Amino acid sequence: MRKIKAPLDKIQIKKLKAGEKVLISGAIYTARDQAHKRLTQEMKRGRSLPIDLKHQIIYYCGPTKTPKGKTIGSCGPTTSARMDEFTPTLLRAGLKGMIGKGRRSFEVVKAIKKYRGVYFLTYAGCGALLSKYVQKARVVAYKDLGPEAIYELEVKDFPLIVGIDTKGNDIYKKARS
Amino acid sequence: MKVISANKIRNTVADLCIRANLFLRKDVLAQLKAAYAREKKKGAKDILGAIIQNASLAKKERLAICQDTGIPCVFIEIGQEVRISGDLKKAIAQGVELGYKKGFLRNSIIKDPLLRVKPGYSPAVIHIDIIKGDRFRLSVLPKGFGCENKTQLRMFNPTAQLAEIKKFIIEAVESAGPDACPPYIVGVGIGGTADYACFLAKKALLRKLGARSSELTALERELLLAINNLNIGPMGLGGRTTALGVNIETHPTHIAGLPVAVNISCHALRSASIGI
Repeated sequence: MRKIKAPLDKIQIKKLKAGEKVLISGAIYTARDQAHKRLTQEMKRGRSLPIDLKHQIIYYCGPTKTPKGKTIGSCGPTTSARMDEFTPTLLRAGLKGMIGKGRRSFEVVKAIKKYRGVYFLTYAGCGALLSKYVQKARVVAYKDLGPEAIYELEVKDFPLIVGIDTKGNDIYKKARS
Repeated sequence: MKVISANKIRNTVADLCIRANLFLRKDVLAQLKAAYAREKKKGAKDILGAIIQNASLAKKERLAICQDTGIPCVFIEIGQEVRISGDLKKAIAQGVELGYKKGFLRNSIIKDPLLRVKPGYSPAVIHIDIIKGDRFRLSVLPKGFGCENKTQLRMFNPTAQLAEIKKFIIEAVESAGPDACPPYIVGVGIGGTADYACFLAKKALLRKLGARSSELTALERELLLAINNLNIGPMGLGGRTTALGVNIETHPTHIAGLPVAVNISCHALRSASIGI
C-alpha cells in the first residue's frame, strides 16, 4: 500500500488514483462546519487566517473529549457534503487535501480538478479505531467552538481511500457501476 | 403507588448514556457479523471488518464507538401508578451531562439553533409515554446527525398503493446513499399524524433487530431485500450490505391521510434501556 506524507506535495498528489488505499503520516488539521464558515468569512474580509492552508489537508472531524491517558477521543469523519459550499474557496487559497465521508458536489469536483487537489475517504463510523493512528493532538484555532475547533493532528499511517483524484475521477461513480 | 426519586433517574440516565455510546448493541453487532460472513465483495468485507473491530476496540478501551455521540433521545415509559419525587426533566438533563462528561463523550448540543454558540451536553429530546401499572422504563438513544439529516416524511393520499409507500422508503435510503454511514438500520413510522409518524420512525430504531414477528415482518423483510439490492454497500462503495434491518411501527390514522416517515440510522445504532 502506498504511503504518503502530509503536507502534500504535487508529485505525491499526481500519483493518487480514485479507489486506491493509502496510509498517511504527518500533520493534518481538523475543521468542520463552523470552522469552515469562519475561515471563509475571514478570507472575505481580507484578514489573515489562523492557519496557513498551503499544501495542507483538512480532516472533517470533531473528536469526542480526550479520556485520561489517551491522545485523543473517538475521531472519525463527518459528512463532507456540508462543507461543499466552502471548499472551492479553501482550495483556491492553497488547500490540497480533504478527508471525510460521502459524496461531494459537482462544484467541489470541478475545483479539485482546477486546483489539483485530492479528496480522501476514511472509515466512517469507526472513530475509536481511527484514534489509534493519532499520535498528537492540540487545538490551534477557534477554541470556543469546542469539538468544532481546529486541531492539529499528528498522524501515523492513518488509513485513507482516494475518493476524488486530481483528474476528477470519483470513487462513488466507479463503485456502483 | 411506586415512588422513584429524581436522583435515581439522574444516575440511571447517566449510566445509559455511557453504555449506549461505548458498547454497541448486541443485536446490531450480530447483524454486522452475519453481514461480514455473507459479503462477497472484498472492499465491502474489509469495511465491515473495520466496523466490527471498531466496536470491540471501543468496548475494550472505553472509547465512544463514534465521535458523533449524538443528540440524546430519551424515551420514558411511565406507569400511571408511579410518582416521581423531584424534577423529572431536570434529572434527565443532569443525567445526560453527568454521563456525557464521565464517558468523555462529545458536547454536540447547542442551546440555540439559530445563534449556534457554545456547544454543551443537554437538554435531551424527551418522549414520554404513559402506561398502565407501576412500571418505569428508560431508554437512551444517542442519535448521530449525519443520518438524522436524512430523515424523510411524506403525507400520502389515503388511497395510495402499498407499492408507492415501498418505493418512497427505498428511495429515502437511496438518496441517503453513501453519506450517512451505511450499512443502515431503517426506522419507518406509518400512520398517526406528521409528527407522530416521525416519532414512530425513531422509536422503531429502539426495537431489537429481527426480534419481532408480526403481520409487518414480511414487509420489513421485503424492504430489506430491496434495499440491499441497491448496491450502496458499506461506506457507499458497493456490496450487498446496504442495510442491517428495517423496523416498522404503525399507528391508527385519519381517513384523509397516510403519513409515512423514514428515520435512518448509521451502522452505529446505539441505545440502552433499563426498567426501574
